[in-house]
Amino acid sequence: MAYRAYVLVCGGTGCESDHASEIYENINKELIAKDLKNEVQVVKTGCFGFCEHGPIVKVLPDETFYVNVKPEDAAVIVNEHLLKGRPVTRLLYDQSQSKKNAKIEDIQFYQKQFRIVLRNCGVINPEDVNEYIARDGYSALEKVLFQMKPDDVINELKASGLRGRGGAGFPTWRKWTFSKGVQEDVKYVVCNADEGDPGAYMDRATIEGDPHSVLEAMTICGYTVGSNQGYIYIRAEYPLAIRRLEIAIGQAHEMGLLGKDILGSGFDFDIEIRLGAGAFVCGEETALLASIEGNRGMPRPRPPFPAVKGLWGKPTVINNVETWASIPIIITRGGKWFASIGTEKSPGTKVFALTGKINNSGLIEVPMGTTLRDVIFDIGGGIRNNRKFKAAQTGGPSGGVIPADYLDTPIDYESLGKLGSIMGSGGLIVMDEDDCMIDIAKFYLQFSVDESCGKCSPCRIGGKQLLEILDRISQGKGEMVDLDKIEEIGLAMQKASLCGLGQNAANPVLSTLRYFKQEYLEHIQEKKCHSGSCSGLLNFLIDPDKCIGCGLCALKCPANCISGEKRKPYTINQLECIKCGNCFTVCKFSAVLKQ
Amino acid sequence: MGKLTLEELRKLRESTRREIEKRETTDKSVQVLVGMGTCGIAAGARDTLQAFVEEIEKTGLKDIVLKPTGCMGSCYAEPTVEISMPEMPTILYCKVTPEVVRKIVDSHIVHKQLVNEHVLDKPAADILH
Repeated sequence: MAYRAYVLVCGGTGCESDHASEIYENINKELIAKDLKNEVQVVKTGCFGFCEHGPIVKVLPDETFYVNVKPEDAAVIVNEHLLKGRPVTRLLYDQSQSKKNAKIEDIQFYQKQFRIVLRNCGVINPEDVNEYIARDGYSALEKVLFQMKPDDVINELKASGLRGRGGAGFPTWRKWTFSKGVQEDVKYVVCNADEGDPGAYMDRATIEGDPHSVLEAMTICGYTVGSNQGYIYIRAEYPLAIRRLEIAIGQAHEMGLLGKDILGSGFDFDIEIRLGAGAFVCGEETALLASIEGNRGMPRPRPPFPAVKGLWGKPTVINNVETWASIPIIITRGGKWFASIGTEKSPGTKVFALTGKINNSGLIEVPMGTTLRDVIFDIGGGIRNNRKFKAAQTGGPSGGVIPADYLDTPIDYESLGKLGSIMGSGGLIVMDEDDCMIDIAKFYLQFSVDESCGKCSPCRIGGKQLLEILDRISQGKGEMVDLDKIEEIGLAMQKASLCGLGQNAANPVLSTLRYFKQEYLEHIQEKKCHSGSCSGLLNFLIDPDKCIGCGLCALKCPANCISGEKRKPYTINQLECIKCGNCFTVCKFSAVLKQ
Repeated sequence: MGKLTLEELRKLRESTRREIEKRETTDKSVQVLVGMGTCGIAAGARDTLQAFVEEIEKTGLKDIVLKPTGCMGSCYAEPTVEISMPEMPTILYCKVTPEVVRKIVDSHIVHKQLVNEHVLDKPAADILH
């Protein structure tokens, strides 16, 4: 069937939750009603990345980029644009420059991006293997199976300099070489899709938008290291990603791209999905493997590394989704090409999930070495409501904050490490001047404490102790000696914890203390929280001029510390106040003040 | 669909690639604009557009972007089609029926010869040089 136009509707989780499915169906219905079904094809694709302004609809070949589309807009898109060729101005991203900004390349959000991992996201229908094949899909596998020896594959990876995108940055070719070197009949290949950092969704979007790239890469790895079985460990909270993986595995099987005798090469490889129950620690490779084996997800000391002794004691190559998705294109375009992108020590690109107080939150991919300033101000469109930038958090609960002075730091593994943060899997949370750094540190630490598996004491006890200290500080009960204690416990955790969760759990606390010590001092010495985030440091007062004496606050006060006579100003007993803020919320006359 | 051999995979890729390439607009030099205002549609522009789709498919031309656009102002001469491509002046054709589409694709786009009887407007000679 020949079509004259294509309508791409975003099918990522973000847009789906905002009725993208309905938009897709409505456009189809409208096309049938207008008898355009044979001229226009509607495709549901993966994430476009511009999640802030979703749902996204893109019309090709004109490249018109519609944002914030609603199901009821389907009719006007079909009638005006597809039938009469007049783009719907009000749905364009920048309406004031409608003619110029109708195209995707003109939107600043996309200008500094470079899409390798996300190359097919928002372009193909992830539920149709033919579209993946059309975009050079499975040509890397073809090349590997028929033209390359396992050593050639490893050399290509070595030339590319690809490093693990899960966060640690271990060179991928070395991992593969270890596994390949072990003489064993049974080996395994595992994809780590247990993405758990708050605010991170790079892996989910990659699988939702381009599941076959992961399958192809794992098969290539199987051939290289001598494995016939792969597992994808993905969290059960990602139903759409799981469904698309199942569809992709099914189609690959049907076409002989997975299973016995792949493409007639004599090589067998199969992939199964294992669902994780959502424990953060299962993103750690040894805990993940324990979970696949059916055991409780707890890490074990390394070495032996999984590449030598992993799943059921067999050599296991385990890589993150983004690492896998980079591999097919390295094989087809060559390691040298990949190494030419990014920086010398960190080649290639990195996908980030931009969230927090930023105008364009969404999914982006930039060459390594791009500065934080470019990412936050050019791609991200700056801080919301014209507030001032305060810090960016990378690496989620395992990372640290990077303050404004270091905005021009190039993003790569080494530079971020030097600043006391980590690359992490790619969550990037932006904070403005209204955020309290103690509160932020407390949030991340609470997360790590909740998710600690409890196996080793530095993480289990150290985390809890740190959290208690932070709690005290945020309530105005901190002492100067606490700051030394934080450093002592934090360093002990970094050195003595069993796995990455514990080793990095103190990072948010240590890095906020390093860059925002003044703020800690204010909390401890002046008992003040300038941003008003730490409710324990606030005083609630009643303004006698505004209070009409309705008594509602006294009624709602759980501590019974508000008293007064009807129709006369009430007062709060500061000694008994538990600072819950109920009175502030319920007062209809703004008579309760927060100070 | 049964299991693929290497040959079949390559064939499938070739056939599907053409379909997906049509979604890309960059690096395409020939632009065909079909006037799809109410006037154009009433005069049969939808058949014209469809004829272009079929003709491009049939001839296997890759380098073409086909776009519907609004009324170009010459409502009396609809359906109108504007073609811009390298080494040719930008030409506005009028009264383009599916029959004329085939002529335009064959002579204008492939052989770089104007279809004179349907030219409505072309740049003046001094602009051309």
